[in-house]
Amino acid sequence: MDARIFDKLKILAESAKYDVSCASSGVSRKARTGGIGSTSGWGICHSFTEDGRCISLLKIMLTNYCMYDCAYCINRRSNDLPRATLSVKELVELTVEFYRRNYIEGLFLSSGVVRNPDYTMERLVRAVKDLRLVHRFNGYIHMKSIPGASQELVNEAGLYADRLSVNIEIPNEKSLQLLAPEKNFKSVLTPMQYIQQGVLQSIEERKKFRHAPRFAPAGQSTQIVIGATPDSDQEILKLSSAFYRRPSMKRVYYSGFVPVNEYDKRLPALKQPPLVRENRLYQADWLMRFYAFRVDEIVNDAYPDLDLEIDPKLSWALRHPEHFPVDINRADYEMILRVPGIGVKSAALIVASRRYGNIGAHQLKKMGVVLKKARYFITCRELPNRTINELSPEAVRSRLISVPKRNLDERQLQLPFDATE
Amino acid sequence: MTIFIYDKTFEGLLTCIFDAYTRKCFPDLLQTEQEPLPLFYDESWVVYTDEVKAGRVWRGLQKKLSGRAVAELAVCWFSELPGVDMLLFRYMRKALDLAQSPETNFGDPDVLELHKIGRKVSKERERVVQFLRFQKALDGTYFAAIEPIYNVLPLALAHMKDRFKDQQWLIYDTRRRYGYFYNLSEITEVCPETDHELFSSGLLDKGIMDRDEQLFQQLWQTYFKATTIRERTNLKLHRQQMPVRFWKYLTEKQV
Repeated sequence: MDARIFDKLKILAESAKYDVSCASSGVSRKARTGGIGSTSGWGICHSFTEDGRCISLLKIMLTNYCMYDCAYCINRRSNDLPRATLSVKELVELTVEFYRRNYIEGLFLSSGVVRNPDYTMERLVRAVKDLRLVHRFNGYIHMKSIPGASQELVNEAGLYADRLSVNIEIPNEKSLQLLAPEKNFKSVLTPMQYIQQGVLQSIEERKKFRHAPRFAPAGQSTQIVIGATPDSDQEILKLSSAFYRRPSMKRVYYSGFVPVNEYDKRLPALKQPPLVRENRLYQADWLMRFYAFRVDEIVNDAYPDLDLEIDPKLSWALRHPEHFPVDINRADYEMILRVPGIGVKSAALIVASRRYGNIGAHQLKKMGVVLKKARYFITCRELPNRTINELSPEAVRSRLISVPKRNLDERQLQLPFDATE
Repeated sequence: MTIFIYDKTFEGLLTCIFDAYTRKCFPDLLQTEQEPLPLFYDESWVVYTDEVKAGRVWRGLQKKLSGRAVAELAVCWFSELPGVDMLLFRYMRKALDLAQSPETNFGDPDVLELHKIGRKVSKERERVVQFLRFQKALDGTYFAAIEPIYNVLPLALAHMKDRFKDQQWLIYDTRRRYGYFYNLSEITEVCPETDHELFSSGLLDKGIMDRDEQLFQQLWQTYFKATTIRERTNLKLHRQQMPVRFWKYLTEKQV
């Protein structure tokens, strides 16, 4: 390795870091003789950066030269920043040596667009193919599919990568046109379509032939930038819900917009990334994927944006007091899941254990239910509590909104000077 | 109060169950020989670990409980928490006495407690798999030291053996002063008696590192720093996800 490898690694990692996805989940594969590594179904995070995001894969770009000029992207052509390109040999060596030391779970390979989408995609595919076939790397590989790449290249990529992804970035075609003139929805949605076709075809073939090759066994994912355009949460969540209806789409990531190109006047000037909104969107995403919520229950024309003060599940419950209180000892699993303060784990525990006898509030607490929230929405054997119907949604809301605690010194005598008392 | 004295092994615990049922007398406390007996007690009984008896109890449990619940018993044993033996005893007794397996009755405090301990131990095992960092030594052996709060190395071995099949490795638990060595075909337990600096510090000395080891460590540290988004710094979350007790042997935290 040459001496410039430190600079290259730094430049290319910094260029790749705004991609949120770092999952190594979705495929379980034992080690093969003569190969390096394995993958484990739930994924393993090997480290966490100081911003609290996990490092599971070596997330790196093959090159950060790019001919596009997307306003939100750090690697846009008009930015004056150091550029670098990794050779395949360097990439392979980094991946394998990091992997052998248990630093990473695999590789996340992305690239700026050079010359044209097909040329770029071909270089990515060649690197991944080399890693898989020549170096027999058996760990996780997540590869970016370049918008506008041809079907042949996507099909080849699917044979070597575990997960493919194409980022839609902007949830609305008009805004996308404004911010990224070289891209449109078609160039993003077509490769997604190709990936889905490949996945479904491979599943069919494997039903007939056990050893037919697997195509992107961990499916595909995508990413939406939050806060760069004035789109409402309704638009964003509707789009992701539409994605989740596609059979191969595993995850939609939401990335709070980090203003990297402050000079561009098309973008809003944010003091800091919209982290709370991003968090609420992820909560809404979880509601759609694990709690059987429909998107129009979370956001609709009357409530186009998520409430930033309370989580979307509580917000739904406050809007629909007619569904409550839920009887913990009798209600369906689906209804118990809808109670604020009860998650998937505690709901499963409740349903499993109520076969043996009634469950009381004390037991609920021990099972991990957040009674502070749930008490307004449930009845169980004893709990003599005023629920949402006796109080009112507004009263419950004001009780549950957390007031920031002031750090008071308990040893210090407090003399209230309020004249009202 | 009845006290059973046993040797603090899992087989010993199973033998305790066997003895309790044959004597029709159930202990209120399990102790080792070294621990001092309480001032007042009715009876103490010394249990001699017997593999045949333990095997019978184990097979009985396998008949009564699902495979998952049986595995959870073993996982909880590795927690080495004080009082976990008595908890396991009560749980196994319930499993043997009741017609229906109690394993999903989380309203029962013992079942729930066991489930929670099982979850904690599995989490610690996962963390070992996450935060173990190998360093390559001159002879090609990959060395890693770690200090988990529960004794979870045995639970992580299958994963390590599968993943790092073609490299020689030594994983060492600095808290319990033992480790496992894999020589490309099988895993052996090692308890190094010499107080070598390697086992006390947990990090390889530069003299015995592989030629490229330092380069890759520095590369990894560079990558770790470069991939952070400074605008989103959240140190509390960082410490929550990667507890400080693991930083001692983490390559990226060695700067």
